[in-house]
Amino acid sequence: MSEQHAHAAPTGFIRKYVFSLDHKVIGMQYYFLALVAVFVGMFLSLFIRIHLLWPEANLPWFGHIKPEQYLTLLTMHGTIMIFFVLTTAPQSGFGNYFLPIQIGAPDMAFPTLNMLSFWTTFVAFVVMLAAFFVEGGAPLAGWTNYVPLSAIPSAGPGLGLGEDLWIVSIALFCVASLMGALNFITTTLDLRARGMSLFRMPLTCWAWFVTAMLALLAFGVLLAGGILLLLDRNLGTSFFVPGGLNVSGNLSFPPGGLNPGGHPITHIGGSPLLWQHLFWFFGHPEVYIAILPGMGVASQLLSTFSRKPIFGYKAMVYAILAIGILGFLVWGHHMFTSGMSPYSAFAFSVMTMAIGVPSAIKTFNWLGTLWGGRIRFATPMLFAIGFVSLFVSGGLSGPFLAQPILDISLHDTYFVVGHFHLIMGVAAIFGIFAGTYYWFPKMFGRMMNETLGKIHFFITLAGTYAVFMPMHYLGMAGHLRRYSQLTELNYLRPLMGLQEFMSYAAFITIAAQFVFVFNLFWSMKKGKKAEINPWEATTLEWTVPSPPPHDNFGGVTPVVNHGPYEYSVPGASKDYIMQTDPATVTAH
Amino acid sequence: MATTLSPVAVDQIGGRGPTLAPPPRDGGWGGGRPDDPRNRLRRYRIGMLFALAAVVMLFVSFTSAYIVRQGMGTWSDASARYVTDWQPISLPPILWINTVILLLSSFTLAMAQRTLSRKLRTAPRGGTSPAAEPALIATDQRSIPWLGITLVLGAGFLVGQLLAWEQLRHLGIFVSTNPSSSFFYVLTGTHGIHLLGGVLALAYAGLTSLLRKPLATRFLVVDVTALYWHFMDFLWIYIFALLHFAR
Amino acid sequence: MGLALLFIIWLITLSSTYYFVIQKWAPLPVASANGVAIDHHFTWTYILMGIVFLAAQLALGYLVWKHRDRGQKVQYSHGNTTMEVTWTLLTAVLFFGLNLSGEKIWAEARFQGAAPGAVQVEVTGLQFAWYFRYPGPDGKLGHTKPELEDASVGNPVGIDPDDPAGKDDVVTGTMYLPVDREAELVLRSQDVIHSLFIPAMRFKQDAVPGLMIHMHFTPTKLGDYEIACAQLCGLGHYKMHGMLKVVSQADYDKWLAAKVAEKLSQ
Repeated sequence: MSEQHAHAAPTGFIRKYVFSLDHKVIGMQYYFLALVAVFVGMFLSLFIRIHLLWPEANLPWFGHIKPEQYLTLLTMHGTIMIFFVLTTAPQSGFGNYFLPIQIGAPDMAFPTLNMLSFWTTFVAFVVMLAAFFVEGGAPLAGWTNYVPLSAIPSAGPGLGLGEDLWIVSIALFCVASLMGALNFITTTLDLRARGMSLFRMPLTCWAWFVTAMLALLAFGVLLAGGILLLLDRNLGTSFFVPGGLNVSGNLSFPPGGLNPGGHPITHIGGSPLLWQHLFWFFGHPEVYIAILPGMGVASQLLSTFSRKPIFGYKAMVYAILAIGILGFLVWGHHMFTSGMSPYSAFAFSVMTMAIGVPSAIKTFNWLGTLWGGRIRFATPMLFAIGFVSLFVSGGLSGPFLAQPILDISLHDTYFVVGHFHLIMGVAAIFGIFAGTYYWFPKMFGRMMNETLGKIHFFITLAGTYAVFMPMHYLGMAGHLRRYSQLTELNYLRPLMGLQEFMSYAAFITIAAQFVFVFNLFWSMKKGKKAEINPWEATTLEWTVPSPPPHDNFGGVTPVVNHGPYEYSVPGASKDYIMQTDPATVTAH
Repeated sequence: MATTLSPVAVDQIGGRGPTLAPPPRDGGWGGGRPDDPRNRLRRYRIGMLFALAAVVMLFVSFTSAYIVRQGMGTWSDASARYVTDWQPISLPPILWINTVILLLSSFTLAMAQRTLSRKLRTAPRGGTSPAAEPALIATDQRSIPWLGITLVLGAGFLVGQLLAWEQLRHLGIFVSTNPSSSFFYVLTGTHGIHLLGGVLALAYAGLTSLLRKPLATRFLVVDVTALYWHFMDFLWIYIFALLHFAR
Repeated sequence: MGLALLFIIWLITLSSTYYFVIQKWAPLPVASANGVAIDHHFTWTYILMGIVFLAAQLALGYLVWKHRDRGQKVQYSHGNTTMEVTWTLLTAVLFFGLNLSGEKIWAEARFQGAAPGAVQVEVTGLQFAWYFRYPGPDGKLGHTKPELEDASVGNPVGIDPDDPAGKDDVVTGTMYLPVDREAELVLRSQDVIHSLFIPAMRFKQDAVPGLMIHMHFTPTKLGDYEIACAQLCGLGHYKMHGMLKVVSQADYDKWLAAKVAEKLSQ
């Protein structure tokens, strides 16, 4: 077991850039995987919006989008975005790159395991994309993959090999995430430099740590569900699939019948609700996995660019912990109409309201950080401010959905789609943008272009609000989700104008993302050269060169004397005190 | 890789296992570098403990699926009521033998740990080159190859599990025969795959001595594998008890 | 830049609030008994969350403009415990208060079954249609068999011809209910999960294969109300719609009698 940080940096292209053990390279590999994934996901959503606007359109190469293809678009859009973008870039991307540096470590705890987790994620992504190209195509059961639709190949196109590949891809992703999670946890607990106590860690590190804990405990449950579903689909078991089904004339699992292997079956009843419980027990922590790192980045940036300590650091830490713990206790709020016991619904509902409280605390504290500050409007800060706005908007539709009596009308409508897009599809993405613009100078030694960044910000902020805020109106009016045609129900007719508006807004917003991509790649080569600490920030990554050397701190172990948010300390000579500045600089 | 074992490190690595202090509240690994043997051991142990937490969640999920599936009924059109199709299967008696083999293997692995830690305690201070450190197997001609025995026992357990499956198949009980048999195969199969990982780790542990890896590294591999192995042992007992008592 | 941010945040907030307030895309008018209480509770949630939305967003926009860098001194502070505790408690009171007051309506709707004398309707969802079965004069529904389910021969729910109780069962594609009388629905599915959604009744419930799910509601206004499927069930999910016709008790009896007669003469 060699420890790379005790050795010289690797040489050769393969060791340096392909099978690297360096957490910085691995972080970038994850980031760029997510970048490819987000473009795939974005194109899928482009087709969704085109289809809703012009249902009869004949797209080049693709042709006319049939109802089952529409469902495939939204299934794969959701799956790819949630797993390969939102669970990847903020945590495995930025977390891998910056967690060790921010705590003063030369690398992650287990570099080889780190490399393995990236490549497993990569294989998972390839398998997921392969589903598009096999016979029958990619699955259409939604990213939620409810049984029996997902378990019975004859229930729809794409539910054959494509669905099996989907499950295998997700299972691989689970294994990769578990490996990554235990790396993050061990690193945070064991590799902090002297003086870096837990309560001196930047909130980004707390967010990555709690996110890793969530991932560690949640992905195993999804893996279990996936294994049982594969067995139901291929080996004739009945964990989830009840007997006595007549799927459009195909009788499945009849008692006394034979399973695919030719062996007699005597069971008649699996539980579709069991799949939902297993899926959502994972699925709810998953959405907190998607948002927590963005919250960490927002806290970091709001403090840095307001030149003011984060308001209520300890409360922020406790809020992250509370969100993490409560996140495991609320999964039933996705199942209020499922046939689950109404008493369980009551319990889940109360827990869900409870989780709104730490979220509110964080929002108040972000506002409290801005208040009395001296705000500098660099592009990273714009995205952090946008994050707060989007989190408020997306979060406040939560109390509607958390109450079962209101959820009855809103479940499976566009209200839900608007809610989770504002939080995951926009706020979490803003967290990724914010992190990119903020840490780009450290990763590449150059600045991203501020003008292009501001253009990207304003169009994206207005555009995403224009796409997703109207979804709440649609949902309240009863507009259902996952509908490939909107012409069958009379009460949907007055809502078509909004759908058109949303599609046009989406086209503009998607176009604006190319500004970001151009800025990203152009600045890598042509951006203004960056100083070592262009934002005048206090955390450890701003003490090392850009990009940092192989072992981060050049063989010198940092010693930490200050907390992470010592900005504008009265009596100090400059308006920031780095965490590694000598202890005599301030009493804190 | 030359390893300098400080006197403090040696004192703390030995006996029934190192009494490692947790890292100080203010970070810093208690002095030394991250790749000091004492720090590495603690780090790998922490990593293994969290890895086991993830494995626990996998089996917690299977257990809850087991309980739900056992208890719930399906609406039967014919009889106009909920009926349950749970039919317990009889467990092949070989499972008892397999259990004993696995427990024995935990014992032999613990003995291997003890032998290795004794070696560490009596290792020359001030450091040696790996070439001078005796290979575990080569010099202990008269001591028992505990690690090798564990490996054989572990492999034996897996063979025994496959025999159990074979016995069930002879009785016409396959994975899809009924929900109870499905769970039997899933639980024993998943446990078996995890134990196979443990067997491979044991093989690697044996390899580290042949490859003349430093003593501290060999101890780390055996120690962390043992943590995993003992857990697999406990997990097997849990699964066996679940299948037996919660039929 | 601070002003630009204030402008865009305020514009987005005020324009979206405007549309929320005027209810330009309103829900269908409520037509069920407990739907009134639901709408009332919805309005309360709406108003309270709306106030929080406005306050938070307008504050955000204001703060980033007011505290833009003009060379001023920063109010150095690590926080204020009193404020933390205060706003935490206020949030908790607001959220839990709102939730618990809504649970009362939930309990009324769900914690007890239908009253005796409710109209019995069995609802069957399948790919891609809804069928409604009424028990007929004997008050009993006949047994069904999956292998008999075949809409093309007029037996979409698979009634067993050997069961006498099924001879007078009425199966329709349109649900009829008498006004002001509680209806008990028993939901089932033949293949995958579907969900019966009647927006005007504020009613939604999944139909899960393997389960028989009992629900109840009371329609209070005459009229025709659209039914939609609210759980992804395959490529025809969007066209799995139906119609609920709420008629007077007299009209309902006439309709049912005619249907029974038609069935018995077959």
